[in-house]
Amino acid sequence: MSSAAPPSENFKLSMLLSDTRYRGMSLQVITFIIFMAVFFWLVDNTIKNLALLDKDVSFNFLWLRAGYDINQRLIPYTADSTHGMAAIVGILNTLLVAFVGCIIATVLGLFVGILRLSKNWIVAKLMAAYIEGFRNVPILLWIVMVFALLTEFTPAPKAFKGAEPEATMLFFESVAITNRGTYFPAPIFGEGSSFIFICFLLSIFVAIYFIRYAGQKKRDTGKSLPTVWISTAIIVLPTFILFFILGKPISLEYPYLKGFNFKEGLHLRNSFIALTLALAFYTSAFIAEIVRAGIMAVSKGQTEAAASLGLRPNRIMNLIILPQALRIIVPPLISNYLNLTKNSSLAIAVGYMDVRGTLGGITLNQTGRELESMLLLMGFYLCVSLLISSFINYFNRSFQIVVR
Amino acid sequence: MKKLFFGVLTAVALAAGGTFAGTLDDVKARGNLLCGVSTGAPGFATVDDSGKDIGFDVDYCRALAAAIFGDPMAVKFVGLTSAVRFTALAAGEVDILARNTTWTYSRDTDLKQTFLGVNYYDGQGFMVKKELGVSSAKELDGATVCVQVGTTTELNLSDFFKENGMSYEPVPTADNAESQQQYLAGACDTYTTDASALHGTRVNLENPDDHLVLPEIISKEPLGPLVRHGDDNWADIGRWVLNALVIAEEKGITKANIDSWKDTKDAEIHRLLGTGSDDILAMVGLPKNAMYNAIKASGNYGEIFENNLGATSGINIERGVNASWTKGGILYSPPFR
Repeated sequence: MSSAAPPSENFKLSMLLSDTRYRGMSLQVITFIIFMAVFFWLVDNTIKNLALLDKDVSFNFLWLRAGYDINQRLIPYTADSTHGMAAIVGILNTLLVAFVGCIIATVLGLFVGILRLSKNWIVAKLMAAYIEGFRNVPILLWIVMVFALLTEFTPAPKAFKGAEPEATMLFFESVAITNRGTYFPAPIFGEGSSFIFICFLLSIFVAIYFIRYAGQKKRDTGKSLPTVWISTAIIVLPTFILFFILGKPISLEYPYLKGFNFKEGLHLRNSFIALTLALAFYTSAFIAEIVRAGIMAVSKGQTEAAASLGLRPNRIMNLIILPQALRIIVPPLISNYLNLTKNSSLAIAVGYMDVRGTLGGITLNQTGRELESMLLLMGFYLCVSLLISSFINYFNRSFQIVVR
Repeated sequence: MKKLFFGVLTAVALAAGGTFAGTLDDVKARGNLLCGVSTGAPGFATVDDSGKDIGFDVDYCRALAAAIFGDPMAVKFVGLTSAVRFTALAAGEVDILARNTTWTYSRDTDLKQTFLGVNYYDGQGFMVKKELGVSSAKELDGATVCVQVGTTTELNLSDFFKENGMSYEPVPTADNAESQQQYLAGACDTYTTDASALHGTRVNLENPDDHLVLPEIISKEPLGPLVRHGDDNWADIGRWVLNALVIAEEKGITKANIDSWKDTKDAEIHRLLGTGSDDILAMVGLPKNAMYNAIKASGNYGEIFENNLGATSGINIERGVNASWTKGGILYSPPFR
């Protein structure tokens, strides 16, 4: 029971490593020094070698004329625009693929993950095959494969020509699937269409208010209203009536064949479709496994308790299991969204002009600014990844279980 | 602690930094030449049935390797796509780039490279399927165009359609093979690249007669080998091997008759083949018979052209402007003295 007196001997240098009081700190300092030394060595090496090559580091190229065209652009861009503009066009294309891909992957993943647990043997095995097939083959192969299918097995635009064409448009002559992409009717917004949008938005607010009101009423009185029907009517009817009152200001523009290609309409290029679908399929396989893990992590007692209360399997899943499973599912979901976004940089394999294709491809090549372009690219992907994860982390916190 | 930190930093800074000067010494020490070529451009750089590299650019590198080592096989070919070629050269992954690359102002200056000369005067063209019924590039309004990314053709394409008030949709592809596949699948109406490459691609298609290279040449594409800035001696070696091949054709020196010039009265031939008393090749650090070996490797410029691009190769490209100046072309080498 003798209290340990503090050591009274003098401080020796060797104690930095041998004494547990100092060891932790000194190891950290040493690690930091080594890290900084390597970092400075890399930077110094780069600068010296650039000097040897007679090159400097400059971002002025971003304000020079790009001189090349980009097929898919969400904002106005011509060959006369700057390299910086080309980079932005590429960034938007990357974000578009990532956004659409994440949505499809989530829906598919949730669906497949739940069905994987189905009691139906065939359904469960089919889903297992889907998951194993997609997640065990490299994503690049899937992208190239989907693209090859789209270009090789769909008709060329000229097959639609003539009195007896080899190929015909689908859905009342409105959708054309060709080996250059799929053409949809595009909406044309005429005069007064903004009123319809405002009306539509207002209807949605009213519907949300109504659903809240119906929920409150159910809790207070136990009476349930036909919520689905009434809210659908609230959203659709006023907009629909206004549409006709204003004389149909929104019309559809159908694609038609002229010269080499289909003109007008909404053109989804095969490169975009192939990349988005392949990324979504691939990622959905991982998400499905996460969903399955999340569901299985919810104690079986919960299902049994719900069943004993008389809930049907559907409602058990929606009301009891999924809300609890989500807490487990969301954190690993983030890393899959990040993976999808980063994997989209494989776009160049099918000629999709994402930011890797414009800034990190053509611009890099035409200007010879490898280091600058790559730094900008890395910065971009870093920012996007951090934004996505902070957004979902915020979302996650909002329904994480509160420990009582 | 601070002292230690800066001490480490200084030591590290001193140790860092390689050098790109002395490429010839590096090549000699390595024992082979690293030559960047196309990943597959018929006529310029392909692999034959026996797995041997062949082509117009390949033969130039063999001549260069022969000049340095006396052995045309002492060269390792590195296949590079158009998009990564300059980076690979700048990073020192190859010693020389002979990859049908167009000599332009900005590549020469801003990309910090040294072009060694022109080994092929080319121009950009369009290939279409005959069934398309197009006979001129001016009729391509609204067409979908396959084009390799990171090339001058991409820029010329944009300029050409703009000048002629036409619209087009670019389909970017990584290399010749992908362009070809897209073009054949009908994913693009026309494939544009240097006319020489189009001719080379066309003859290798299943039915070459179904395809047509349109008559318009929309740009000047002087192709040539290049090295990175900073080693003038190395650039001189590459430039003069190229010149030697051109001079050899002008003088009538061929792979077959190269040994029969010992008694010629032409002093330039003696200097070139190293059969005279002067050893002017020592100035760049090459053996006296370097150019003899270079010409012996695959023949003179004309032979290389015929074997890879001309009638012998089946690609059947006319010499045109690529003939020697003595035969109505514009190939003209400075004197070898």
